[in-house]
Amino acid sequence: MAKFKTKRDKGLKPISTASLPDVVFMLLFFFMVSVSFRQTERVVMVKVPEATEIAKMERKDLASYINIGTPIQAYQAQYGTDARIQLNDSFSTVEDIRDFVAAARESMSEADRPFMTVNLKVDESVRMGIVTDVKQELRRCSALKIMYSTRKKVENTSF
Amino acid sequence: MAKPTPEINAGSMADIAFLLLIFFLVTTSMDVDKGIQRLLPPMPDENQKVEAEQINKRNIMVVLINRSDRLFAGGQPMETYMLKDKVKEFITNPANLPNLPEKREKDIEGFGPYMVSRAVVSLQNDRGTSYEAYIQVQNELMKAFNEVRDEFAMQHWGKEYAALDETQRKIAREAIPQNISEQEPREVTKTRR
Repeated sequence: MAKFKTKRDKGLKPISTASLPDVVFMLLFFFMVSVSFRQTERVVMVKVPEATEIAKMERKDLASYINIGTPIQAYQAQYGTDARIQLNDSFSTVEDIRDFVAAARESMSEADRPFMTVNLKVDESVRMGIVTDVKQELRRCSALKIMYSTRKKVENTSF
Repeated sequence: MAKPTPEINAGSMADIAFLLLIFFLVTTSMDVDKGIQRLLPPMPDENQKVEAEQINKRNIMVVLINRSDRLFAGGQPMETYMLKDKVKEFITNPANLPNLPEKREKDIEGFGPYMVSRAVVSLQNDRGTSYEAYIQVQNELMKAFNEVRDEFAMQHWGKEYAALDETQRKIAREAIPQNISEQEPREVTKTRR
């Protein structure tokens, strides 16, 4: 019995793993290319509220982001804990939105401009006053497509 | 005579690549932008005379959120979870009651005449309302309209609104227009001084 076994084992070669690094590298390059690192640094803390009736944003390149929230710990000594607007990388005021929208429009191709969406990432504890001001300013800049960024609510189905 | 160069052992290459791969997998943020999509009304032209569209009182439902996040809709205080059914009843007006919105026959292209409700939901909030409460109410309003559209789609095509094709969706959108108007901001809660 043993004789037969050894004879068969001899014929089996170990599988070559020489191409494994190539496969893994391919995956690696795929991820490296597809990753988009967060370009802007958050200077305000944002925890978006929950909602159920949410739509997905199909094209990220059409979105520009306005964050509203409390400044992060490092800036609280300087800016206090009141809700502030963040455009790009820095604290801004409502008046800066006009330039921000204009710049965002400028960077888009002509065909995409009507579909520009302003994504409002607003902390759930923020008062509506500041949000209303931002909305009014957006209307003035005729950036009318907006999206209130929300998390998906886990529906309670226990009952 | 040159020594033959010893072959480099490439066995650990896979390990290194895996390490990098895992690093990228972990750091990648695959978060998609999700949220409630809304369209703001355009700013009225200052030169243009504002002709206030006269809306019949029965066609309008005022939803108020005051600065302590209390909700007041259609003339009575209520909780957020009650709002959806109230709005649904308001926009469909199933029994054609005289105190709920009127319907007007409209010829929808590719569908035929349909009694379109003229309901308008007017959302008003205070500057002190919390954003969370505002989004909850927005969400309930959207849910009401979405459910009515779903029912409409179910009735006519036997499918949910999301499963319809583009022309059918357009018909459904026209049959159940999403009239949520947001008032110019003002102080809802009167302060006594």
